[in-house]
Amino acid sequence: MSVAETKTERAEGWNRPPVISPDGDGEILELAMGPHHPSTHGVFRMDVALDGERVIRLKPVFGYLHRNHEKIAEQASYLASMPYTDRLDYFCSLSNNWAYALAVEKLVGQEVPERAEYIRVILAELTRVQNHASSIGFLIQEMGASGTPLMYAFKEREKILDLFESLTGSRMMCNYMRFGGCRVDVSAPWLDAARKVVAGLPQFVDEFEALLSSNEILMARCQGIGVLRPELAVNAGVSGPMLRASGVNYDIRKVDRYGIYDRFKFRVPLGDHGDIYDRYMVRVLEMRESITILEQALKDIPSGPVMDAKAKIRGFRPKPGEAYGRIEAPKGELGFYLISDGGPNPYRYRVRPPSLINLTILEDMCLGQNVADVVLIFGSVDIVLGEVDR
Amino acid sequence: MKTVEETKAAIEAAVPDAGVQFVPNPSPSAQHSLLLAPASAIAVATFLRDDAELAFDFLSNVSGVDWPDKEIAEKVKVVHQVTKVVDGVEQQVEETVDETRKRVESGCLEAVYHLYSIAKKHGPLVIRMKTANRTDLVELPSLTPVWRAAEFQEREVFDLYGIVFGGHPDLRRILMWDGFKDHPMRKDYVEPDDFEYEPTPHDEVLARAQAHKSREQGADGTGQQGPASQ
Repeated sequence: MSVAETKTERAEGWNRPPVISPDGDGEILELAMGPHHPSTHGVFRMDVALDGERVIRLKPVFGYLHRNHEKIAEQASYLASMPYTDRLDYFCSLSNNWAYALAVEKLVGQEVPERAEYIRVILAELTRVQNHASSIGFLIQEMGASGTPLMYAFKEREKILDLFESLTGSRMMCNYMRFGGCRVDVSAPWLDAARKVVAGLPQFVDEFEALLSSNEILMARCQGIGVLRPELAVNAGVSGPMLRASGVNYDIRKVDRYGIYDRFKFRVPLGDHGDIYDRYMVRVLEMRESITILEQALKDIPSGPVMDAKAKIRGFRPKPGEAYGRIEAPKGELGFYLISDGGPNPYRYRVRPPSLINLTILEDMCLGQNVADVVLIFGSVDIVLGEVDR
Repeated sequence: MKTVEETKAAIEAAVPDAGVQFVPNPSPSAQHSLLLAPASAIAVATFLRDDAELAFDFLSNVSGVDWPDKEIAEKVKVVHQVTKVVDGVEQQVEETVDETRKRVESGCLEAVYHLYSIAKKHGPLVIRMKTANRTDLVELPSLTPVWRAAEFQEREVFDLYGIVFGGHPDLRRILMWDGFKDHPMRKDYVEPDDFEYEPTPHDEVLARAQAHKSREQGADGTGQQGPASQ
């Protein structure tokens, strides 16, 4: 396995202890951040206890967006839940589609044609690029740079969403993958358009980095803040860029080699310090690696069918049994656990939401930090409430 | 990576009275699992995490599963002594009759854990625990002291299924609000009659509204006629 560790350049004094304001007079202020707070990316509440500016307790409160997705999916057929998976993490609907399709394909032992696998990789990596770009944009927005970096990210995201729209008919609710392939084939003009967009991406990342990476404010606010130790990250089930920013080399694309990821050459960026800056940097570097995967996939994509001819579409009833399928979604490990009792509906349908589980250690990262940093630490976790509350 | 059977043997060698059972999975995924006895679950989980060769340091997923009480109808052959007149003589004759007998197999709640190893890059290992029934004996040991990852997920299983995890540091509802009474992911959960979700109810909603109003009237005897029942 070819894995390169990428070290990030640090400014002087990054590991200084958090500045504790001297006005902490022992009086505790309890503060509800949210559910309507611009930094919570939706409806989410943090019950914070403050000693002066210092956080001494933080309890996240969930459920404002809870709609019992799992129960609804158990009352519908397997295929009928595919469009609903789009609504989990609505930034990355195609990754959600893939995770669900992968779990069902494991449950029934379904093969996927080669061209469909390539299309899936292309779409998943485009999704990763636009997710990371916008999540960095939101992070910078929370630092007070309202608008500009976010608009840079959204400009690029819009180009990718245009590709999704022309292929699937929808910018965000794509509902594109099926058990055993993809819904429609990509056309040659679409592939040309995708190549054009991908050719422009390196310049976008360069620009983005020139604007941000060595920005003094960004470094001052991010370095040494919200540090997550690798042992705690592993034990608390943290996954995705969060885990890798703490220096743990674990990328499901490399470990499980699901789909055809063993055919592409890419590196896994790792952080050194596990702070907000490393999470930012890992996301930037992951965008670059995604671009190299996209270039390889768009070069090698073979012709052929996009649906397995033997895939069962009508009367889809998996044999009794269970399966857990997972992928490396942009936010972390997205898994689906399915139990079949032989009926047309899943007996048990469980989503393993990376956004929720990555929040397990939110309190640990925030304790002792200033209340203004809580907003940044929370932003660096990169969550979507549609997936947290389900 | 060790197979599930080899893992079971390793557990039995290390933890006395582990009481681990192998649960086969007939699906093509072939993800077989191990059923742990609640009494020894913490010891087994700690062994799985700390053993140098297994090293399951990453708890990925915790799911609850509900297995309701099942009514099983069985056909049983029953032999009766019957008095019959054969050739003009009364005789005791044995006669075999098919009878359908019903028995209720008591259900349970199940917690399923998917483990991976980041150190050794293998997995998944599926371990599960079952409660004794679905009503009062619903306590299982929490694995949060072994893997922090279970903290929110066990809270979710408690919230939606009603499994009480003993030893959990902060077992509260997580997705439903605190005053909520039932466990919505159970198979026999009855959703509340949302009789007023349409301003001018009709069809199904009207029927539900009328049923709701009549129940309310029955309760206090003086209930007023709601607009829905006119």
